[in-house]
Amino acid sequence: MKKTLKPREREQLLGTIYGGPMGLWFTIFFTVPLGIIILYSFMKRGLYGGVEWEFTLTAYKQMFNPSFAMVVIRTLWISVLSTFLCILIAIPCGYAMAKSKHQTFLLFLIIIPFWTNSLIRIYAWISILSTEGFINSLLIRLGLIDEGLKLIYNNGAVVLVLIYMYLPFAILPLFTTIDKFDFSLLDAARDLGATKLGSIVRVMFPNIKSGLSTAFIFTFIPIFGAYTVPLLVGGKDSTMIGNIIVDQVSKTRNWPLASAFSMILTLISLIGVFWMLYNGKREQMQKEGGLKKTTQQALEHNVKAHHTHRGTK
Amino acid sequence: MKGVEVNVERVSRSYGDFKALDDVSVKINKGEFFSLLGPSGCGKTTLLRIIAGFDYPDTGSVAFDNKDILPLPPDKRQSNTVFQTYALFPHLTVYENIAFPLRLRRVDKQTIESKVKEYVRLVQLEDHIYKKPSMLSGGQKQRVAIARALINEPRVLLLDEPLSALDAKLRQNLLVELDQIHDKVGITFIYVTHDQSEALSVSDRIAVMNKGKVLQIGTPYEIYEAPSTRFVAQFIGESNSFPCTVLSCEPYEEEYLIRVDVPALKGEVSVTDYEPQAIGASLDFTVRPEKVRISTNPPRTTAKELNTFKGIVDEPVYSGFQSKFYVKLEQEPSTQVKVFKQHTVFLEDGPDIEWKDTVYVSWTATDGYLVKDTDR
Repeated sequence: MKKTLKPREREQLLGTIYGGPMGLWFTIFFTVPLGIIILYSFMKRGLYGGVEWEFTLTAYKQMFNPSFAMVVIRTLWISVLSTFLCILIAIPCGYAMAKSKHQTFLLFLIIIPFWTNSLIRIYAWISILSTEGFINSLLIRLGLIDEGLKLIYNNGAVVLVLIYMYLPFAILPLFTTIDKFDFSLLDAARDLGATKLGSIVRVMFPNIKSGLSTAFIFTFIPIFGAYTVPLLVGGKDSTMIGNIIVDQVSKTRNWPLASAFSMILTLISLIGVFWMLYNGKREQMQKEGGLKKTTQQALEHNVKAHHTHRGTK
Repeated sequence: MKGVEVNVERVSRSYGDFKALDDVSVKINKGEFFSLLGPSGCGKTTLLRIIAGFDYPDTGSVAFDNKDILPLPPDKRQSNTVFQTYALFPHLTVYENIAFPLRLRRVDKQTIESKVKEYVRLVQLEDHIYKKPSMLSGGQKQRVAIARALINEPRVLLLDEPLSALDAKLRQNLLVELDQIHDKVGITFIYVTHDQSEALSVSDRIAVMNKGKVLQIGTPYEIYEAPSTRFVAQFIGESNSFPCTVLSCEPYEEEYLIRVDVPALKGEVSVTDYEPQAIGASLDFTVRPEKVRISTNPPRTTAKELNTFKGIVDEPVYSGFQSKFYVKLEQEPSTQVKVFKQHTVFLEDGPDIEWKDTVYVSWTATDGYLVKDTDR
């Protein structure tokens, strides 16, 4: 006998089929290369790049080198600082956009930078920040300084340009969640005795948590793996993990070490993604659980009301 | 008395060309259950938001017990608001929502717990304190909002159409509960609503508003039985209202008996009023449908205090406890008179008055009243 599927089961099956092409794409171009990188990180390095097929943990041992440790620590603090500042700037931006009447126009403004190649935008920053650049020549012409300030080729410039590059990725998710936020809750908090800032911290932040975590992940992960920005606007003490990987692949030709560092990046990104998924799932479960409970209670309530009604008759 | 006297004086507020409030003055007594009643867009919510501190008047003043409150931000005013959309904090449980104002003031834990329990009992939510707002029904959410607004022990509670999102039965129950809560806490309640039956059933006094103006302030009885303008007469309850001209005016017991010419009825009508009216004055004659008697036989007396018109039942609407009849008059078929008849006795053979029956509608001079037509 042919097995008939319930409508719900059929829907789920259809969903799986529709997802097929994307799954295939990801398997071939994402999962397989990732597997190769994992494999390479446990291999012995080849003399002129590539690997020799021999299992070893050398690459991971090489990572515990004080000079690499410095780079990892630097990457961490630059990423945390840039992400934090990005989100700090993005919150008022998202708030203003959600409240604005010209939302489409403002969204358009945020998307414009994506029309230009990111390398060109970094070079634009070089011409703004360099010793003979826009800012310095303006300040000299105004007579505020005598010779150009050293604005570029240091960690400050790296943080600044990283914020510039990834700010839209923080603004967009924050804007969408703040747009859905019920602003009358702020009125309610004020009415109940909260100050302006207090109402935002105690009521708005907890309710835009999903936007905050998305913004965090969308900015922290790419910044953590950044390599063009420190390469082009950083100084000699601005090397980040991304730069080590590039060096190990193209100059030192230690592919297993490059793979091992990539594993670190992937691992940290995965932790972020799983954290986000876990948060999302928990919120959803709370909502669904709540719904089931209320219907059951409503039923019980009805039954009770019915009985009491009968009882009095 | 725990409540406070609220004095709104000559408040105006415009949004561009739109006058939301136009020279509004209202004095609300200590501990009173006061309603602001009017159609949407009449300015009642704007006035409430000004009292709460979310909006500011262009001119005029608002005082609690003669103390100007306009310079104070919402968190420094002795008022709390129950919002139309509940505005419960979705990330907090019922307990945390109600405790929110106390936690802001850094009250110690034990006091918070005992006070929250007290107010949870007041609104009968003992079984739900650890639930999130998304798990509550509309009525339960509204109770949380009320408890949260009361726990700060405000001197004035502002209620912005708190029951409008609930179904009719629940609304009635909550309304009674709200009235009981008002009796228990004894503070001033200012209740905004567009529902006249809500306002009539719980208020001590009502201010009827339209187009940014207060038209009449009075007890529910005064508002219903002696509306001062045509708008009030038509907005509160149902009425038969026709333009008329005063023909004569003579003293009648302690009042005046006035004969008016009503073109819509093609006839003259007797009506009493506490004040004499000038002959020739243009007014509106109004009589409530439930005060009009309907019968298939002409009434026995022909006293001049009784107004009788003959007509045909155009549309009978049966609704169990009463019937509404729309009667087309014989001498002016374009005019319909509304009549409500209560079914006080059981009739074996079905309704005594049916469609197309010829009937007599009548009412005494004391049941009608004259209103100024200031809204036209």
